[in-house]
Amino acid sequence: MSTTAILTEPKAKVEKNYLNVDHSIKSWLLTGDHKRIGIMYLVTISFFFALGSMFAGAIRLELTSPDGLFLESETYNKIFSAHGIVMVFFFLVPAVPAIFGNFLVPIMIGAKDVAFPRLNLMSYYMFLTAGILFLIGQIMGGVDTGWTFYTPYSSMYSNSQVGITIAAIFIGGFSSIFTGLNFVITIHKMRAPGMTWFRLPLFIWSIYGTSIVVILGTPVVAITLLLVVVERTMHIGIFSPDLGGDPVLFQHMFWFYSHPAVYIMVLPAFGIESELITAFARRRIFGYHFVAFSTLAISLLGFFVWGHHMFISGQSMYQGVVFSLISFLIAVPSAIKIFNWMSTLYKGNIRLQTPMIYALGFIGLFVVGGLTGLFLASIGTDVHLSATYFVIAHFHYVMVGGSVTAYLGAIHYWWPKMTGRLYHEGIARYNAFLVFIGFNLTFFPQFIVGYLGMPRRYHYYYFAPEFQAYHVMSSLGASVLAISLIVPACYLTYSLFLGPRASSNPWGTHGLEWTIASPPITANFDHLPIVTDEVYDYERLDREELLEENADGIEEPMPVKTF
Amino acid sequence: MFNIPIVPIRASEFADQYDWLFYIILALTFFFTFVVGAVTLFLVIRYRRGTKVDRSHPPHENLPLEITWSVIPLVLGLVIFALGARQFIYFKTPPNNALEVYCVGKQWMWHFQHAESGVRENNALHLPMGVPVKITMISQDVIHALFIPEFRFQYQVVPGEYTQAWITPTRIGTYHLFCNMYCGTQHSEMGGYVYVMSRADYAKWSQNGGSDPEPMTLVQRGKLVFDRLNCASCHTTRDDDRAPTLDGVYGKLIHYTDGSSMVVDSARLREAIINPYNHVVQGYGNTMPEYQGAISEMDLFPLMEYLKTLGQVQAAKKGSESSTNPMFIPTAVKQRKLAVGALGSGHAESSSPTKNNLSVGEVSSSNRAPGN
Repeated sequence: MSTTAILTEPKAKVEKNYLNVDHSIKSWLLTGDHKRIGIMYLVTISFFFALGSMFAGAIRLELTSPDGLFLESETYNKIFSAHGIVMVFFFLVPAVPAIFGNFLVPIMIGAKDVAFPRLNLMSYYMFLTAGILFLIGQIMGGVDTGWTFYTPYSSMYSNSQVGITIAAIFIGGFSSIFTGLNFVITIHKMRAPGMTWFRLPLFIWSIYGTSIVVILGTPVVAITLLLVVVERTMHIGIFSPDLGGDPVLFQHMFWFYSHPAVYIMVLPAFGIESELITAFARRRIFGYHFVAFSTLAISLLGFFVWGHHMFISGQSMYQGVVFSLISFLIAVPSAIKIFNWMSTLYKGNIRLQTPMIYALGFIGLFVVGGLTGLFLASIGTDVHLSATYFVIAHFHYVMVGGSVTAYLGAIHYWWPKMTGRLYHEGIARYNAFLVFIGFNLTFFPQFIVGYLGMPRRYHYYYFAPEFQAYHVMSSLGASVLAISLIVPACYLTYSLFLGPRASSNPWGTHGLEWTIASPPITANFDHLPIVTDEVYDYERLDREELLEENADGIEEPMPVKTF
Repeated sequence: MFNIPIVPIRASEFADQYDWLFYIILALTFFFTFVVGAVTLFLVIRYRRGTKVDRSHPPHENLPLEITWSVIPLVLGLVIFALGARQFIYFKTPPNNALEVYCVGKQWMWHFQHAESGVRENNALHLPMGVPVKITMISQDVIHALFIPEFRFQYQVVPGEYTQAWITPTRIGTYHLFCNMYCGTQHSEMGGYVYVMSRADYAKWSQNGGSDPEPMTLVQRGKLVFDRLNCASCHTTRDDDRAPTLDGVYGKLIHYTDGSSMVVDSARLREAIINPYNHVVQGYGNTMPEYQGAISEMDLFPLMEYLKTLGQVQAAKKGSESSTNPMFIPTAVKQRKLAVGALGSGHAESSSPTKNNLSVGEVSSSNRAPGN
C-alpha cells in the first residue's frame, strides 16, 4: 500500500504500460482500454475547451466598447452561441466523466475495465462525430440561437445552422448516455472483493449520481431538440403559437434536462473535491455518508427545480412559487458538502500542493457561486436579475469557479498517474493563484453590472455607456485567465516529454489507483486487488509509513519537488 | 467613463421592496462567504504540514453537527423563500385602479398603447409618477422580455399569450428600457427609454397625443379595426343564425360546444379571434374565419378595448364617473373619456371637439350601423 517514492527513477528500464504497449495508430483508434479512451477524450475535449475559450476571448474583446470593436451583431450572436454550446455540450458535460471517469472508475473500484469496453469506444466516436458535425455547422455559417435554442426563435425565425447543430448535440447526448450506462453497470457489478458501497471513493459516488442524471435527463433534451427540428423543417406546430404550439412548453422541456445538466457538470467536480481535500489534508473525509447521500439528494432534487429558469416566463405564479421553494431545498445538500469539506481540514496534515490550492479555491468560488444562487432562487429577487450579467456571473462562478477549477485540480492530481510524468510544481502552484485572480477579476464585476441591469447576450450597450468600466475590468480579468490557462498547457505538454518520471504514488495518498504503476499497465492490476481497508484510511497509511521509516530510515517520503 | 454607478437607481415602489430583500440576501452572502473563507484559512494555516498541533483522534462523523449545519441553511432558505414569494405575488397582482398600458414586442422594437388615452409610442414609455401601472404584454414574433432596471421590473413577452405585471413609478426621470430575452440579430438594440413625468405633465402629454401621429382613443381605433375586418356583418346586436352577438360579451359566462364554459376575458377574446375553433359557442358551427396572421397584436389590443364597450350603452353614459382609475383623472383625459362614452351611446356631438377627439364624430357616425 505505501510508497517510498523514488523521485527520478533511472530512465533505463521502462515497464510496459498502457501507453507504450503498442504505438500503432490503429491500436489507439480501435482500443477498448478505458485509459486510452480517457486520453482520447482528454485530447478532444481540450481542443474544444481551447475553442470555447477563444470564443469567450472574442466576446470579451468586443464588449470593451459600448459600440463594439470589430464584429457585426450577427457574428457576435453566433460567437456567444458557439461559446455556450461548446462549453456546455463539448466541455463541461463530458469533461470530468469522460476523461477522469473513464480513466479512474475501473481503477478506483479495482476492475480491469468498464463493463462494456466497445460501447465505451463507440461513445467516444459518437462524441467525436458530434464535435465534427458541430464544426461543420460552424463552417457553414454557425448558429445564432444561443445555447438554449429558445423557440420560436430557433424553430421559426433563425436563419442559421440550427439543424446540424442540433444533430450534433443529439448525437453527443447519446454519447453521454452510453457512457453513463457503462459507469452505472460498472460500479454495480465490477467492484473488487471487499470494495463495498461505503468503501467507494466519493468520486465514484459522484460519477454514479451524475450517470443516473445523464441517463434520465439527456433523452428529454434530445427529443426536445428533435422537436425543434421537426417544427423547423416540417412546420408541425409544437412550440410556435403561429402553428398552434406553445413557446413556453419548450422552456419546460429544455430546462427539465438542462437544470439537471448543471448537476451533471458540477457533481463530478464535487467528487474530485472530496478526493483532493482528503488526499492533501491526509485524513478521512468528515461525514462520508452525508457527502455521499447529499450527492444522491442533489441528483434527485435536481429534477424538480427546472421551473426556476422560468419565473418570469409566463408560467403560473403558483407554479413559480413551488419551484422557488424546491430550489431552496436543494441548497441544503450543497451546504452539507461545503461544511464537511471544511471539517475534513480540522486536525489534518495539510500539504499545500497544486491540486490542494485548486481544491481550496474551489471552496471559495463555489460558496460565492452557490450563495449568489439564493438571489435567483428567490422568486421575488429573480424578477430583476433574471437573464442579466448577474446570472452570467453566478453560473460562471459555479461552472468555471467550481467545475473548471476542480477539473484543473484533477488534471494536476492525476497527471502523474495518467502520463507517468511529473510537472513543475513551482510554476503550477503560482499558476493556480493566477487562475483564482484572473477568474475573480473577470466575473466579479459582472455581478455589479448585472445588478445595474446589463442584459446578457447584448452586443452593443450604447444605451448604457456607464457599464463600460465593468466590462473593461472583466475583459482585463479574462486576459489574465487566458494566460493562466495557457501556462498549464505549456508546462504539462513539456512534462510529457521532459518531465521526471513519476513513482506509483507520488503524492503518498490513499486509494487503489495509487497502488498500481504510473502509468498503469493495460490490465490495471497485476492481480485482482482485495480491499481490506476503509476508504481514505490515512491513519493506517501513516502507521505503515512510520513503520517503514523506522525500518529503513528514509526521512521524507513526500515528493514532488521536481526538476 | 467616469460615471460608474455601483447600484441602480430606485424609481418604483417595487424597487424599494425589492432592494430591501436584495440587501438581506447580500448580507447573508457576505456573512457566509466570510465565515467559510475565514474558517477554511484558519484551518489550513493551523493544520498545515509541519505545525506542532494536536492531530490525535480526528473525528470522522458527528450527527448533531451535521444536523445543525443542515437545519440552519434550511431555515434561512425558507425565510428568504417566503419573503421572495410574497414579493413576487405582490408584483403579479395589480390593483384594480391601475392605469393600463399595453405592450407589444416585435423584432426589434417596443410598441406601447396607453389604454386610458389611446396614445401609442414606440421604443419609449411615458408614465405618470405615483400611479400604479399595469402592463399587459404580448409578442408579435419571438419571445422578448420587457426590462426596466430602475423599476426592478422584468417580465417575458411571449407570443400567443398575454403576460402581466404592474409597477408604481416613484421618481421623475429617464430610465433604461431593455429587451432582456435574446430575440435575434438586433436584440441589443431593441431598447429605449422610460420617461416618468409628474401627473400633470403626463396628463398634458397624453392630451396632446404624445408622439402619436394619429391620436385617437383605443376604442376609436378598435372600431376602425372592427369595421375593417367587417366583423359586424355577422356579429350583430343579437344572437342570430350566423354568429352570437358581441354586445356585453366581455365578462360574460359563455358555454361552448365541447361542454366547457368560460368567463370571457382578454385571453379568451384573443383566442376566439385568432383560433376560433378551439372553443365554439354552443349552437354555432365552425363558420368564423381564423384571423391567425391576419390581424396584428397591435390591432388586437384596440379591438378588444372596443369589444369591451359593446352593449355597455348605459354603463358608458356613467362611464366617466366610475372611471377605472380614481387616483388618476386628469381633466383632459376625463373629457376624452366622455367622448368615448358618447361614441358608445351614439351621441358624439355631446362632447366638444378638441384636437384629439376631432375624429370622434366621424368614427361614431358609422357607429355599428350595418347589420342591425
